[in-house]
Amino acid sequence: MVELLQGNEACVKGALAAGCRFYAGYPITPSSEIAEMMAVELPKRGGVFIQMEDEIGSIAAVIGASLAGARAMTATSGPGISLMAENIGFAIMAEIPCVIVDVQRVGPSTGHATKPSQGDVMMARWGTHGDHRVVVLSPSSVSDMFWLTFKAFRFAEMLRTPVILLSDEIIGHMRTDVELPDEVEEEIPELEDVPSFHPFGGGKRYHVTGLVHDETGFPTNDGEIIEKQLKRLIRKIERHRDKITIVERLNVEDADVVILAYGCVVRSAIRAMYLAREEGIKCGVVDVKTLWPFPYEVVESEFKLIVPEMNSGLIADDLRKVRNDVISITKMNGEIIYPHEILEIIRRVSN
Amino acid sequence: MKYEIILSGKGGQGLILAGIILAEAAAIYEGLHVVQTQSYGPEARGGASKSEVIISDEPIDFPKVTSADIVVALSQEACDIYAKMVKRGGILILDEDEVQKVPEIEGRIYRIPFIRMAVEEIGKAIVTNIVTLGSLIGLTEILSPESVIKAIENRTPKGTEEINRKAFELGFKAAKGLA
Repeated sequence: MVELLQGNEACVKGALAAGCRFYAGYPITPSSEIAEMMAVELPKRGGVFIQMEDEIGSIAAVIGASLAGARAMTATSGPGISLMAENIGFAIMAEIPCVIVDVQRVGPSTGHATKPSQGDVMMARWGTHGDHRVVVLSPSSVSDMFWLTFKAFRFAEMLRTPVILLSDEIIGHMRTDVELPDEVEEEIPELEDVPSFHPFGGGKRYHVTGLVHDETGFPTNDGEIIEKQLKRLIRKIERHRDKITIVERLNVEDADVVILAYGCVVRSAIRAMYLAREEGIKCGVVDVKTLWPFPYEVVESEFKLIVPEMNSGLIADDLRKVRNDVISITKMNGEIIYPHEILEIIRRVSN
Repeated sequence: MKYEIILSGKGGQGLILAGIILAEAAAIYEGLHVVQTQSYGPEARGGASKSEVIISDEPIDFPKVTSADIVVALSQEACDIYAKMVKRGGILILDEDEVQKVPEIEGRIYRIPFIRMAVEEIGKAIVTNIVTLGSLIGLTEILSPESVIKAIENRTPKGTEEINRKAFELGFKAAKGLA
């Protein structure tokens, strides 16, 4: 059945299809519709919706619910994810799966509440202290908001780690015609380096801590165990990258120029690519949906590489680790990058 | 076919809802592809507010309006900002009372007192957006009135069907008188 759905509404449907039955949050523009719809939909399914006193309480409640065996999530924007940073680290260290949605607006601080930005890409990557890996997914359409939220729950559980769905005001608030399923069946594989689960309160006694711990869950002072544990937390994500990398390529096979984009800017990139093709320029688009761990292999090719972003060039800068000729387009005025702004650069580099 | 539409005015005039209704009418009842986006200030009321709708028989890549077939402006500020988005041969629809300074464009301009009509003939300023939708459809015929009325019923509270239908017809007839 075709529906007119907003990105944030599709996110809720994706979460419900993945079996999410617990939501704790504190409403904030431009993510509030997720809380609003969860408050209506979860009780109908025997789930729990709770509005907490703030974002610190929200992520704490989500972690608690997940420990007890519920699929749990929260949604916020920049100011809220800043408050959640510490507990995201706790969930990484204690290996508690959960999904955190960040619908980006302009920051830092209160920034601009109703205007889009992609300023949180490094916040999502490095927002919590300590050396760690994190899984971050970046939707570029309403249907992505459904499918990547669904995947976020799968990846979180499969890897026992928090997963961040990093959206933006444009994709979150955009409405399009979509056709989505209510239920999706998908097995969650058991993976090497990921310990098995037992719900807290389910009859077995175990210890949960943010301290570095050994296999019994109790804190350790043993340097060898500390390093072993920290390395395993990194390795469990790195070694399974092939199972979590989602990239869409459009007309890349014969391309001389490739636009690499993520989130709402993918839409600008696709239009710019078609306009360039009309002018005879062989142009392609790479839509990076798994933003972290970043799939660097997608840029290891001969084509010229343009990276348009609604920030100061954060991903372009990171890509300079693997190639030094990245052409960065940046915009920070709270407006989407328009296709003609990318087209101008495509013309210039293909001359 | 492809239509790019901007509905603009002040926050609280219901233009974002009007955009959602247009999009729903096109997507659900006419089987077309749509994208609706919005931009608004942090205020609950007042401030500039804009809803953009793109309707096409093909999938839509870029979600924002770049060259508008139709711009509706229910405030002077909105008109000053968005009238220039109307493409050559496009249509600019203005609230006759709110917009006193009418710009020159290479297209058609229609002036209808939507707010006054809502207040005087329906008795409620809140239906301004529905009167406006009626005129938009009457002037442009981009969607069938029946599709839009069904979408209005989906997206507005139960018990308001009658008043909304009246508001839509009021706008529709006013437009037919002009067109």
